[in-house]
Amino acid sequence: MASPRELTQNPLKKIWMPYSNGRPAQHACPRGVCVTNCPTLIVMVGLPARGKTYISKKLTRYLNWIGVPTREFNVGQYRRDLVKTYRSFEFFLPDNEEGLKIRKQCAEAALRDVRRFLSEEGGHVAVFDATNTTRERRETIFKFGEENGYKTFFVESVCVDPDVIAANIVQVKLGSPDYIDCGNDEATEDFMNRIECYKNSYETLDENLDKDLSYIKIMDVGRSYLVNRVMDHIQSRIVYYLMNIHVTPRSIYLCRHGESELNLKGRIGGDTGLSPRGKEFAKSLAQFINDQNIKDLKVWTSQMKRTIQTAEALGVPYEQWKVLNEIDAGVCEEMTYEEIQEHHPLEFALRDQDKYRYRYPKGESYEDLVQRLEPVIMELERQENVLVICHQAVMRCLLAYFLDKTAEQLPYLKCPLHTVLKLTPVAYGCKLESIFLNVEAVNTHRDRPENVDISRPPEEALVTVPAHQ
Amino acid sequence: MPMELTQSRMQKIWIPIDHRPSLPRRRYRACGPQLTNSPTVIVMVGLPARGKTYMSKKLTRYLNWIGVPTKVFNVGEYRREVVKEFSSYSFFHPDNEEAMKVRKQCALAALRDVQLYLKEEGGQIAVFDATNTTKERRDMVLDFAKENDFKVFFIESVCDDPSVVASNIMEVKLSSPDYRDCSSAEAMEDFMKRIDCYQVNYQPLDPDNHDRDLSLIKVLDVGRRFLVNRVQDYIQSRIVYYLMNIHVQPRTIYLCRHGESEYNVLGRIGGDSGLSIRGKKFSVALCKFLEEQNLKDLKIWTSQLKRTIQTAEALKLPYEQWKALNEIDAGVCEEMTYEEIKETYPEEYALRDQDKYYYRYPTGESYQDLVQRLEPVIMELERQENVLVICHQAVMRCLLAYFLDKSADEMPYLKCPLHTVLKLTPVAYGCRVESIYLNVEAVNTHRERSEEAKKGPNPLMRRNSVTPLASPEPTKKPRINSFEEHTASTSTSLPSCLPRENLNLNNSQNQF
Repeated sequence: MASPRELTQNPLKKIWMPYSNGRPAQHACPRGVCVTNCPTLIVMVGLPARGKTYISKKLTRYLNWIGVPTREFNVGQYRRDLVKTYRSFEFFLPDNEEGLKIRKQCAEAALRDVRRFLSEEGGHVAVFDATNTTRERRETIFKFGEENGYKTFFVESVCVDPDVIAANIVQVKLGSPDYIDCGNDEATEDFMNRIECYKNSYETLDENLDKDLSYIKIMDVGRSYLVNRVMDHIQSRIVYYLMNIHVTPRSIYLCRHGESELNLKGRIGGDTGLSPRGKEFAKSLAQFINDQNIKDLKVWTSQMKRTIQTAEALGVPYEQWKVLNEIDAGVCEEMTYEEIQEHHPLEFALRDQDKYRYRYPKGESYEDLVQRLEPVIMELERQENVLVICHQAVMRCLLAYFLDKTAEQLPYLKCPLHTVLKLTPVAYGCKLESIFLNVEAVNTHRDRPENVDISRPPEEALVTVPAHQ
Repeated sequence: MPMELTQSRMQKIWIPIDHRPSLPRRRYRACGPQLTNSPTVIVMVGLPARGKTYMSKKLTRYLNWIGVPTKVFNVGEYRREVVKEFSSYSFFHPDNEEAMKVRKQCALAALRDVQLYLKEEGGQIAVFDATNTTKERRDMVLDFAKENDFKVFFIESVCDDPSVVASNIMEVKLSSPDYRDCSSAEAMEDFMKRIDCYQVNYQPLDPDNHDRDLSLIKVLDVGRRFLVNRVQDYIQSRIVYYLMNIHVQPRTIYLCRHGESEYNVLGRIGGDSGLSIRGKKFSVALCKFLEEQNLKDLKIWTSQLKRTIQTAEALKLPYEQWKALNEIDAGVCEEMTYEEIKETYPEEYALRDQDKYYYRYPTGESYQDLVQRLEPVIMELERQENVLVICHQAVMRCLLAYFLDKSADEMPYLKCPLHTVLKLTPVAYGCRVESIYLNVEAVNTHRERSEEAKKGPNPLMRRNSVTPLASPEPTKKPRINSFEEHTASTSTSLPSCLPRENLNLNNSQNQF
């Protein structure tokens, strides 16, 4: 029997892989999320103003954040690119042959791009965002999926509450490019007529006729759900996510602990307490929270002393989450960047080369952090007003989720000490307010230096290190 | 200065040095968000042989493992206590007034015990396992819950596939105490008539109209389809997710550790060393073992530590690496021998022996932390079919505790020797375990509970409410153990004269 292949540890991610003839043999895949061999095509279904695009964008953002390459394809956008000026709802009348032709073309163009994304560009999930309200249209798409080896999963949003629909129209339709030259009343009236155009031919996903399809039907903005034939891990995660999100207005506050003793010394990691200025910040934070007058605020911290000390100053109950602990710097814990450069110059350079995937020896990477934080994100989705007191790398990960930042951008997001970020969902995204609480602190943000070569001289490695004691 | 903190010695949790004892209680969760303050009653709904008890027990096992004190109250067992001899299906006939009275009393007795459990015994979730097929009965339970300030979550199982029903009857009903004096054919016939008795008055949950304000999940056709209405909170959301991921396909889960490692031989814990010669021999033996098992579509999972990967490499099959399967992080004690730990950190050494489940290594992890880390592994194991998990001692203990319904107290002392494969097969309401030693010698890495620890935990020890409890024995025990020898659902670790609840060393407390 041939002896087992030797293992080598990939220097960036610290993953053990077999190698032969001195080269790594691509074999086992480290599990981040399930890597299904079949790409997945998510098909949105529903009348206009039912939240399809809201769900598409949010789901896409979530999947990308957990590491599943996902893209949405909004057929309305294709239509806007093709038909330069929108005139009126009449374009959508079921007997408007010209309109129908164009709309079919747009759907086909979008599907072509879906195919390119899933079959050629390494995409895992494509979200096909259109009304897809007839069984015929859905069968066409399903066949397209089958032909290309994709699994198809339908997401239908059903809502008859006129208040919800009116609110949706106000939130996202009035500001649409379609209505750029209209007054609000005009736009609303036109849009309501547009919805009527679809109603007659709307065939909702049916318990019997569609019993072999995989789908989730979301009713009344999440009051109830019907889930049929979930096929695999990714569909199960999608269902779980959709069942946890809500649209109740609320705010999420993110901040770091107050300045710590190790921060002052320019050391990373560890578990020290607050510096005097850090304690000042904690008191300012208490004042700030008070002034914000937030209803039922939940406060979360990590299990590290510095975040808990900060929370203590608020005088309100808080919960400690171990998963909110700062990134584990392994052998580099409590070192300064200068010491890391001196003792582990190779590691220091590798980190600059790919800060997202780089794993500290015996420590973690940003990629690991994201996986660790996923339950926090899920619970944040469930909650309403929350203040999360955490750490620099952790805060970057959470922020990247809310602001839809890429893996490349994530590790360089600016999360300075003593600054609260207030996130408020609005339309399809998140409004961000940055509030500096007026207590000085060291800067702990290290930009990527120009020279990331492993042979670089120390000065060039350390050129972006912020000042410290 | 209100920000002075001290770190608890056992769990390494930072807590304020409390000068003002009147402050609101603080809650420390290693594992995620705060549980709802209101306890929850889960109400099962469905005709007989629809999997209600199966789901009740499985869900309870899962919830206890993730640290939510949960218990099943099976009304059928209350009935068996009261009605000593089961005669026939006619007991369940809707016209049998005498029997209807008895059955109602049993339901009420069970609810009284639910109340006791949730209000006085530290329970968080009670699973009320009965048919609950009429609106009237469900209204009674809703009223009961309202009086007591409990949340209610309904789980209905609907299945009209006759082959599924027949198969359920064979799996769990024929061996029921009710039918111990019957032949299989007689039992089957009687049970089918029993189901008919309920069918007549069955009013399924109606979330579109009558039940639109209830929180519920309807499980249709053994999980093909689900209807979910008004999930109120985190725990209901987890329950829904869990129910949507479990399945009943026959399959086997294999758990084993990596082959013996260099560090094992040296008596060092943790680290990331490679296999010893004997460890490599084991991998080869494992490869042969798997071939003989002749499995369809086996998935293989390893950790990201070298020794498990080396072991998997010998199998010459694709495998997936999970960081979540890495061995418990011993923090400052990584790569030490137990002697070195005792010498360098005598206090830590002693603390660990006192309470091995909650004990967290300085800058490292505890078994409690491990459970949280491993929860996604368990969820994915539930989704999968045949899987081999090549992991580590502490990790394997946690996973095993889930499958065999072991408590937090037992978990850190479960025997998971090197070079031994544990083969787990779901059967009836539990899990059959076969232990297969692959005949390659290895060091023993198991440390028994110390004498110190046997005295019981320090009563002043602070508790976090995340504590796997073994699912408590049902209050009215079945009088005959009808399960197979190896079925792990009968716990043998405590003498039968001591009801589990009274010996609950790990009673969860939300305060310290």
